[in-house]
Amino acid sequence: MEIRSKEFKERAVFAIHDASLQQALGKARGGFVGKRAQQAAELPEFEQLREEAKNTKNHILDNLDHYLERYEAAVTAAGGHVHWARDAEEARKIILDICKRVDAKTVTKGKSMVSEEIGLNEALIEHGMEVVETDLGEYIIQLAHEPPSHIIAPAVHKTKDQVSDLFEAAHGGPRKTEVADLVNEARRVLRDKYFRADVGITGGNFLVAETGSSIIVTNEGNGDLTQTLAKVHIVTSGIERVVPTLDDATLFLRLLARSATGQETETYTTISTGPRRAEDLDGPEEYHVVLVDNGRSKMLGGRFKDMLRCIRCGACMNHCPVYGAVGGHAYGWVYPGPMGSVLTPLIKGLDNAYDLPNACTLNGRCASVCPVKIPLPDLLRELRHMQHQQDITPVMQRRALKVWRYVATRPKLYHALEQVGARFLSAIAKNGSIRRLPLASGWTDVRDLPAPAGRTFLELWQGKRGQK
Amino acid sequence: MTESPTRGPRVGLFATCLMNVFRPNVGFSAVKLLEDAGCTVEVPANQTCCGQPGYNSGDYDAARALARQVIETFENYDYIVGPSGSCMATIRHDYPVLFHDDPVWLPRAQELSEKAWELLSFLTDVLGATASDAHYDGSVTYHDSCSGLRGLGIKGQPRTLLGEVDGLKLKEMEDSEVCCGFGGTFCVKYPEISEKMVEDKVRNILATGADTVVGGDLGCLMNIAGRLKRINAPVKVFHTSEVLAGLADGPGLAGAAKESD
Repeated sequence: MEIRSKEFKERAVFAIHDASLQQALGKARGGFVGKRAQQAAELPEFEQLREEAKNTKNHILDNLDHYLERYEAAVTAAGGHVHWARDAEEARKIILDICKRVDAKTVTKGKSMVSEEIGLNEALIEHGMEVVETDLGEYIIQLAHEPPSHIIAPAVHKTKDQVSDLFEAAHGGPRKTEVADLVNEARRVLRDKYFRADVGITGGNFLVAETGSSIIVTNEGNGDLTQTLAKVHIVTSGIERVVPTLDDATLFLRLLARSATGQETETYTTISTGPRRAEDLDGPEEYHVVLVDNGRSKMLGGRFKDMLRCIRCGACMNHCPVYGAVGGHAYGWVYPGPMGSVLTPLIKGLDNAYDLPNACTLNGRCASVCPVKIPLPDLLRELRHMQHQQDITPVMQRRALKVWRYVATRPKLYHALEQVGARFLSAIAKNGSIRRLPLASGWTDVRDLPAPAGRTFLELWQGKRGQK
Repeated sequence: MTESPTRGPRVGLFATCLMNVFRPNVGFSAVKLLEDAGCTVEVPANQTCCGQPGYNSGDYDAARALARQVIETFENYDYIVGPSGSCMATIRHDYPVLFHDDPVWLPRAQELSEKAWELLSFLTDVLGATASDAHYDGSVTYHDSCSGLRGLGIKGQPRTLLGEVDGLKLKEMEDSEVCCGFGGTFCVKYPEISEKMVEDKVRNILATGADTVVGGDLGCLMNIAGRLKRINAPVKVFHTSEVLAGLADGPGLAGAAKESD
């Protein structure tokens, strides 16, 4: 997927004025936040689980090579194959080669953000394959030719009316307007694809080192049909998704659904280990796991290591007021919201996503709900620091900072300027505020500037108390 | 510490930039509340800014330069107290991080960090003060500023104090813990997003029917007051300390009459 994060500002403004999008976002916001809060309140050990999850992830990341090797050995022992992909291109090639080898015509897909990250669909389609997204949200946006706008609710930006239109155009009428009818229609269309599929591709929420299993969670069961009915099952996953044991996986599963959708658990939690065995009634003939690095091992050694704890629940974006205002597409690449604002510059380059770390008020709500306690605001600030060090920050801002530093480290000068400012603003104010201020239009375009009273506090204080 | 039964702690008041320029009344409210609670208050003249604008813009060197100035200016007080969760969270949490690999400044940063307090939490958590002799006629809704709430755990303290004010009726707004869209330079760098956020905040404020909104950070309050004024909503905006100190008798932020004396 082509990165468009440089257009963040324009896309954000466009999104704010998109009435349908705002309607869809408003609906989603209330649901996710309220349900998560309820789940967290109902589980007395929830906060303790967050701490445990953070520590377990840190342990895994400190020993990632060990667990990945154990995982590979276990997958191999179960009859599967592990492929290592350094970057997106390698990952695409590995998957394409498998698909070509089995002469795949139809490829079904369960939801996989890594496959979005590596631009898989485009590559498969380019090679003549029919690619069918089977997650309802993914299916909707595939029909709309759009990327996902949320990592667990890819079509969260669509209203029901828009879905009705898309389905009518794709499936032929009559146009359905009830949610149940729309779901049944998608189910009917997709059912046929599952049985025709040569290859089924899913993501992997967790990879279990102990057993060589991959775990996916879905609410629709589409992942199960994708991975058991096709001849070949390919799992795409980031290298950081490995966990030592099934017990560890349950720790994260308890947090994942509660944090993501506010459910106690998702409807389906599916564990896959290797291809179909002789005594199995169904399952794929081949089982492959493509482990994607794509910038992750670089993060492992540095100050963004915390980000690798992410279990892709989406709570950070559900609680982000900026995401809530502009939606996921404004961010311009695969991962939106706070986690995306950290990942995108790290994977695609700091200068390709200047705005993402900056378009944040550092209000900290994301970190307060993150199930693995990633200090997202600190990481975003750290990215600003890197942008500053690498001179990616706009020239005007750097100049302003220099002037500010010069003045603020000279108290007498600083206070003199504050006094001039307070008097000036007070003089031009009407009825206690200022409606237009040319050099501060960023402020006054959307709100009045409350006016100072005239003299500064320090001035008045010294007048009253004459203290030093 | 120099606390004694006859003489309370010696407090250096951190006069935040916004307070100094836009709302001196908050400074006088802070002084009154602290003195009423038995503190000796001084306002060192050598102070400017806590350095947060530099820190949050990624210019750590500039932030350190300001942090050193604040440390030098305030380290001889028993406490450094300011009417802002945002500035005080910077001093409390960020200074030690900024000097994490500086053997000279780290201990000084840590020492100041431990005696850095946001005004209202200082009044309640350290001094055990109450607001029983304050009076305010009106219904008030409280906005949780993000740095105070999530950085310093300020949530119950202002509500408790406001609840003690005679005549004041506290009305909770929906999403009081959601950012108002100020965010320092964010609000001028991304005005449209900020507008959407403050619009949501103002809608929740108006839905309470309260005639006054209060909070602990002037950045948020100026943003909210400016927006309320822009849409001609007749809700008064005060810093919590102004209400508690009995100095909220004027028209509030963005409605202020000019200085009379």
